[in-house]
Amino acid sequence: MRRMKANDVILRTVAKLVVFIILAFAAHLFFAGHNDPGGGFIGGLVTASALVLLALAFDLKTVRKVVPVDFRIVTAIGLLVAVLTGVGSFAFDQPFLSHTFAYKELPFLGKKELATAVLFDLGVYLAVVGVTMTIILSIGEDR
Amino acid sequence: MNNAVVLPLLIPLLAGVVLVFFSNVRAQRTISALAALLNVAACAYLVQQVRTDGIQTLYMGGWLPPFGIVFVADMLGALLALTSAVVMGACLFYAFRTIGEGRERHHFYALAQFLTVGVIGSFLTGDIFNLFVCFEVMLISSYALIVLGGEKRQLRESIKYILINIVSSILFVASMAYLYAALGTLNMAQLAVRVAETGQGGGLNVVAALLLVVFSLKAGLFLFFWLPGSYGAPPSVVAAMFGGLLTKVGVYAIVRTFTLIFAYDPGFTQPLIEWMSIGAMTLGALGAVAYRDVPRILIYNIVVAVGLIGFGLSAATEAALDGVVFYLLHDMVAKALVFLLGGWLMTLAGTDRSGRMGGLIEKAPALGWMFFATGMAIAGVPPLSGFVGKLLIVQGGLEGGRYIGVAVALATSLLVLLSLTRLFMSAFWGEPKSGEPASVVPSGLLAPCASLLAIVALLGVGAEWVNAYVSLAGEVLARPELYIEAVLKE
Repeated sequence: MRRMKANDVILRTVAKLVVFIILAFAAHLFFAGHNDPGGGFIGGLVTASALVLLALAFDLKTVRKVVPVDFRIVTAIGLLVAVLTGVGSFAFDQPFLSHTFAYKELPFLGKKELATAVLFDLGVYLAVVGVTMTIILSIGEDR
Repeated sequence: MNNAVVLPLLIPLLAGVVLVFFSNVRAQRTISALAALLNVAACAYLVQQVRTDGIQTLYMGGWLPPFGIVFVADMLGALLALTSAVVMGACLFYAFRTIGEGRERHHFYALAQFLTVGVIGSFLTGDIFNLFVCFEVMLISSYALIVLGGEKRQLRESIKYILINIVSSILFVASMAYLYAALGTLNMAQLAVRVAETGQGGGLNVVAALLLVVFSLKAGLFLFFWLPGSYGAPPSVVAAMFGGLLTKVGVYAIVRTFTLIFAYDPGFTQPLIEWMSIGAMTLGALGAVAYRDVPRILIYNIVVAVGLIGFGLSAATEAALDGVVFYLLHDMVAKALVFLLGGWLMTLAGTDRSGRMGGLIEKAPALGWMFFATGMAIAGVPPLSGFVGKLLIVQGGLEGGRYIGVAVALATSLLVLLSLTRLFMSAFWGEPKSGEPASVVPSGLLAPCASLLAIVALLGVGAEWVNAYVSLAGEVLARPELYIEAVLKE
């Protein structure tokens, strides 16, 4: 199998380019979630698909080298972030999972709405990336 | 608004997440022990709060029902949460000694914490779709726990277990869809109001029957064909968690659904539940008497208990509902305890066949007498905890004129007693059987078992004191308008 793919220059070159486009699209989907279709779940899946494309064009070892993290830990961090945004409402004597927002003037971007719901979505995003990559890597490395 | 309502769910959730970061076994044990103790304290605080201030509600994110998800701690939910926290704590302390480093390294404790999240979430939620989500949290953790270790038998049984639970989950989602189409809400209190308004006619009865099938599959009420194989596969401490908690969540869901939402056409639902319960009691008792290996005897005893609780629910008098709550509490503790003791017994004897055991009372007197006491409690002998609940259920059945059910309940008590005393006699009396050398039993199993046994004794001896809490829970079951008012107060 590996021997037959000795000369996959085109696949690898295209993959190097396309991975960045996919990752940018994932970021777009993630931030679009509040007002347009998108959000943490689909953003996480698209990010994972970019990593899977890398794994297909190169191999799992390369993916491990490019993204040197334990994806189980990523899942746990995601869960922690999501739960802690809920717990944060305890500090303000609000019901669990209350979220808030504010309009802020940001450099370059102008006036934007900043919502704590994005942090919850970030947790979802990390959890989805972590779970998907854990599944794919543990099946892929199991020979 | 009372954030204490969510603490029993939040503590194990945070603990489970944090446990993923640690591969060090000692650190994992410390964290899970701390979380378990903290959770018992949080649940006890919640129970006390419900007793003094009435039903507690928490509107998630500040969205009022029926628009947001509401967490409701009435006395039944709070008591069941407390009992599951206690049972889970005892199982964890037992697991520290028995589960083995291989399983510990592969996230055993994190999975146990997530199982607690699902169980306690199911008891406290006031939204029926959220109940489904909590069911799934619980079930997915239980899939992992049943297969963790990867022995051949575990792999085979987990396929059946996952298959049957996926089918019942699909039915659950389908009945949610029917319910939402018919009534336009998923909040339990508002569902109850809408069912009362439109009347529980033919279409809603179909949904009620569908939900009964779903919950009976989870609880092992008559549809328990998957249960004996699945619960026999994992290590005994996991079987104790399952026997103590998982089936009882199904029972709780039946109790909640048919006292709150579908309580308006008792002529249709009550006979259905009654005959399913009678079937469960009969078949369970026959199974308990028929088998000669420890896991199956104990597993069929679960089915009998679920049948008895179902019968109490179908009788639906105030005494019977008090009995349901009491027996549910007793059964969670006693079933977990009997599985822990059974696991200890099987390790000591080196076999699970009761015929190959003998004379173990010399070797382990504490185990022997604790097993005896637990057997008596499960059968319902007066000073212990099984008595009061069974008495109240029988009283309720007689008040309602359900003589067949009462007769079956009493007869199956005898068969339960027979199955457990016969196991006790063959294992602990007689001459020691030479043959298999006894395995080394890890030390430190006495404390978790003895503390559960103390609770069993306390529930029986202090029945008067416990009844102050149980009657509050029974009152909400008998008068669902209390629940509805507490949730939809405006």
